[in-house]
Amino acid sequence: MKIEMNVNGAARVVEASPYRRLLDVLREDLRLTGTKEGCGEGECGACTVSLDGETVNSCLVAVAQCHGRTVKTVEGLAAQQGDKEILHAVQTALVRCGGAQCGICTPGIAMCAADIVERELLHDQDLQQARVMVRELLAGNICRCTGYQLIVDAVIEAASEVGLQRRERASRRTP
Amino acid sequence: MLRVPPVGAGFQRTMARMSQPSTTHVGASMPRVDGVAKVTGRARYVDDLDAPGAWHGITVRSTIAHGRLEAIETLDGFAATGAVLVTAADIAAHGGSNEIALIEHDQPALVAVGAPVMHVDEALALVAAPTRAAALAAAKLVVARVVPLPAVLSMADALTANEKLYGDDNIFKKFLIRKGHSDDATFDAVMASAAHIIEGEYDTSPQEQMYIEPQGMLAEWRDGKCFIIGSLQCPYYVHKAIKTLLQCGDDEVVISQAVTGGGFGGKEEYPSMLAAHAALLARKATHPVKMIYDRAEDIAATTKRHPAQIRSRLGVSAEGDIVAIDVDVVMDGGAYLTLSPVVLSRGVLHAAGPYKCATVRVAGRVVATNYPPHGAFRGFGAPQTTFAYERQIQKLARYLGEDGLTTRKRLALRSGDTTSTGQVLTFSVGTDAVLNAIANVAGAAPVRSGVSAKGSTVRRGRGVCFYFHGAGFTGSGEARLAGRAEIALLRDGTFEVRASSTDIGQGAITMFTQICAASLEVDPALVRVIDPSTANVPDSGPTVASRTCMVVGSVVETASRKLKARILEWGASHGMANQTVALCGAAMARAHYGADHAGADIAELVQYQPPPGIAWDDATYSGSAYPVYGWAACLVDVSVDLDTYEVSIDRCVQAIDVGKAINPIIVKGQIEGGTLQSLGWAVLENVIYKDGKVANANMTNCIVPTFADAPDLETILVEVPYPYGPSGAKGVGEIPMDGPAVAVANAVEDALGCSFDSLPISPEAVFASRSRWSFS
Amino acid sequence: MSEPLYARPTSVAEALELRAAHPDWMLLAGGTDLLVDSNHRKVPVGMLDLWRLAALGGIRQRDAAIEIGAGTTWLEIERHPLVRVGFLPLAEAAREIGARQIQARGTIGGNIGTSSPVGDSLPVLLALDAEIEVASVRGSRRVPYRDYCVGYRKTALAADELIIAVHLPTPVASTRMVWRKVGTRKAQSISKVMGAATMVLDGGTVVSARIGMGAVADRPIRLTAVEQAVVGLSLLQAAEAARAAVPAAIAPISDIRSTSDYRRAVAANLVARFFAV
Repeated sequence: MKIEMNVNGAARVVEASPYRRLLDVLREDLRLTGTKEGCGEGECGACTVSLDGETVNSCLVAVAQCHGRTVKTVEGLAAQQGDKEILHAVQTALVRCGGAQCGICTPGIAMCAADIVERELLHDQDLQQARVMVRELLAGNICRCTGYQLIVDAVIEAASEVGLQRRERASRRTP
Repeated sequence: MLRVPPVGAGFQRTMARMSQPSTTHVGASMPRVDGVAKVTGRARYVDDLDAPGAWHGITVRSTIAHGRLEAIETLDGFAATGAVLVTAADIAAHGGSNEIALIEHDQPALVAVGAPVMHVDEALALVAAPTRAAALAAAKLVVARVVPLPAVLSMADALTANEKLYGDDNIFKKFLIRKGHSDDATFDAVMASAAHIIEGEYDTSPQEQMYIEPQGMLAEWRDGKCFIIGSLQCPYYVHKAIKTLLQCGDDEVVISQAVTGGGFGGKEEYPSMLAAHAALLARKATHPVKMIYDRAEDIAATTKRHPAQIRSRLGVSAEGDIVAIDVDVVMDGGAYLTLSPVVLSRGVLHAAGPYKCATVRVAGRVVATNYPPHGAFRGFGAPQTTFAYERQIQKLARYLGEDGLTTRKRLALRSGDTTSTGQVLTFSVGTDAVLNAIANVAGAAPVRSGVSAKGSTVRRGRGVCFYFHGAGFTGSGEARLAGRAEIALLRDGTFEVRASSTDIGQGAITMFTQICAASLEVDPALVRVIDPSTANVPDSGPTVASRTCMVVGSVVETASRKLKARILEWGASHGMANQTVALCGAAMARAHYGADHAGADIAELVQYQPPPGIAWDDATYSGSAYPVYGWAACLVDVSVDLDTYEVSIDRCVQAIDVGKAINPIIVKGQIEGGTLQSLGWAVLENVIYKDGKVANANMTNCIVPTFADAPDLETILVEVPYPYGPSGAKGVGEIPMDGPAVAVANAVEDALGCSFDSLPISPEAVFASRSRWSFS
Repeated sequence: MSEPLYARPTSVAEALELRAAHPDWMLLAGGTDLLVDSNHRKVPVGMLDLWRLAALGGIRQRDAAIEIGAGTTWLEIERHPLVRVGFLPLAEAAREIGARQIQARGTIGGNIGTSSPVGDSLPVLLALDAEIEVASVRGSRRVPYRDYCVGYRKTALAADELIIAVHLPTPVASTRMVWRKVGTRKAQSISKVMGAATMVLDGGTVVSARIGMGAVADRPIRLTAVEQAVVGLSLLQAAEAARAAVPAAIAPISDIRSTSDYRRAVAANLVARFFAV
């Protein structure tokens, strides 16, 4: 069937069996290979994308379910300013803090971390609470390289960075 | 704030060019050169590669553990699928040799008709079709007729050798280490003189590597040559295996590494099998063939950590010193020999532990069973024997009524002491540094009794351990390997590092970039590490054994220094004395590489030279087992929920002597990753076999720790330099896997007052221990 | 391979018509169970997609009960003030189902529809005496959840029926509600044992109790014998009575995730702990 969806801000049309996994259509038909398959059973989170604003496992989404909906993948996380790519705060923090090693889980983790940071889910938490919250919120993303420590560091850092920027913008508006 | 460079199309390892020199010296945490490609999803793993016209390959596997293959037949409808079928007969038909070359060539690429089937999920035939769905459907139409034979599914059964799987005794390999005695009678006399003997029997469980990228390979034939790219650790291992399989020359096979999503040993030997399959299918299909395992197949068919059974006796003097150590190690090698002898070797070489003792006997055997072959996994035999010796030392401490750290401090090896193989330690022994580091941060032991956040009663405990890990290949291995690497000055004045060491997430390319730039004294922006391919890098040896930084890094360092000297010499003789290497290099390159240059590159190729004084005797298993050791201590606090019997890891501190941290954040990441693998092995990971088949072959049931299972990890880097490593660095990849598991066991013993000598310490195991608990 | 048919109804009436016409189609919402390993499963002949069907969403107060639409996700349940204030164990269970990605897609109707013995919300529904509202073109009816699951993954849902909503009666003010899951690990785990209880207390005495447990039998079960055993007892006495009565009230199995002995012992400990926190 013909499926129309908004992918990373652009309208896309694919012809696909309705039962195919969103993961496969993204990777094979749209060649958005940043979304990875680690298990095919919704355990590892490597295939995480955002569907209508919620992070989901794209291996557990039938592509027909995306007709008329909005999908964002890791390829859509950074902003484009002319020729220049402006990485999302979580991408920058993951690189700086050493939160990516082999990198196969990284796109999924970046998607979930971006969700945490953008929704300001760590707002008003002290550092220890924030670390515990990050661990719960990212529990659907398995990483076998890092032991998670440096990823938690990166998410905390990105959240502080984004929070700081928001506060600065707010204080500029109300001098 | 990190300045993020614009990145061009495709996966370019060029981030270093943009980095700030101040953060890129050796010892500084330069951001990974592949970091941006990975966080943006641009890094291309094998399943992401464009492969126009590629077919998909599927493996037809055995469903029984032991038998004889009578026939392979296709059902009606197979021909109509358009799929190709490959069996062992296709190998011989092309003059190939049906074997996966490794240590011994006992493992076939495909079981031939008439030959034995040795394990469940062994490859019997291969199918390829234009789509994965079509290949899966066609594979269902291939039927293997196998006559069953009695299966050997325990180490005890293997040793009775009623059913012979390998030789007359089912023993793939045995070792015997003797220190301070020449025969058993002498040894027994020393043991008999002990005032007290600490005895124990230990069992460690198989463990799945669980890299998040399953195994995958893409093969293509062009002009009679076979090109293979895939997810792998050791391009030259695959190269050797495919040359043997196809019986062809060095240049007829090219093996390249795609970006690899984790390995941990799991992509050391198995990729040779997968590459063989993809190559055979691609030849017959006359199309490129991609084989990407799904998770279930990957868990079921690929290697695991060797399960081990270890018996140990410590003879202790009245003063509390160790007078004799007696260890017997048995490991389950699975159905083929693969890497088992070297896994066992590392196991026995670490089995006596880093402790002073004049009289040591270590015996080891690895046996054949009908399980899928067990293989390389981070630590490579040492985590198993470390579990046993550190349980033994803890029992000794308890017997003596001594604090665990005190016992270890009193008995540990230091400079001037000798190991179980008689190696005199002369440098880079971090014993006191790591033990003191742990003592300094330990703080008060946790309060024994308490209530959990969920309202349950908990018992808390603390465990420590001390351990070492030999870096690089065992014995004379590094001399035999003679790993090489090359540094070239390119036409545009930049530098290229050519090595077959792969980056599988551990940061090899960033580390090489830093070592090369520091040695050349140029900006790391001018250095690029090229993607390993047997077509364009020398054989640096495999990416294993904690050797990439220490061994290959030292070769990169030497080659870079030689190239620097050559460039500066050229500069001096061309009016550029006192100019920088970068400037002289650019001028030298302009002069050397004319418009139609066809000669050799300006390059320095260097071969590894083992440090002086390394002597090893394979016959007596004595001498310098490793050029140097890493040293580590670990402290773990646990709480045990007395309603659910779950062990929570509340705190884990590791202090590891790494010689020198070339890139501290990368080293920290390596240590923490290994630490959590060890903690997972301790309490929740397991591979469950039923009738020789993995019964939990999915990520739902073959579980590894999540973010929520991991405590905040405390990592202390200790640097006691190794004089022959790059800037003093020594191996770090494996050591964090060795210790944390036994620190957990020691902590649970402390909490519940009874010993835990088997892994995993699952809630079910804690439940079963209730009658042994002793606390008030 | 023929392509499955696909329909996405926009009203309950349309959904019921489709269901009546195609009882063999896959009923799909968040896909967190039905689409696991889907590349290796039989392709359905058709898919009736109920995901985000507005009429099946939402959480509302209805007299002395709250109504949760079958299509409500765990994330929505966990965040909803009506649930958090009045039915905390359900919010807690929702928070422990899979992880965030699963909670964003998994629905309460899906959990009920599958009625696996390890469905994490089901013991809570038993303890809260939930009623399941189902409907077909023939009309609608309500089934208490204790009568809904009739065997291993077998339910009272007829071939032409859909699950419309869950109704949770508001408990009396003095009711204590508790929930605990013991999984294979701390998050993103399959339950080894889990249970929920509601108890009406008079001072320190148990007036009545409802206990639901999962992963201890072929279906989620009420522990009625235990419920009876604790009536009239002080909380501490009730804990000990429950500990003694639980093992006979359940029939756990040994499988690759745990053993029957472990499950029996932990079930007893958990229920005892429900009374004596």
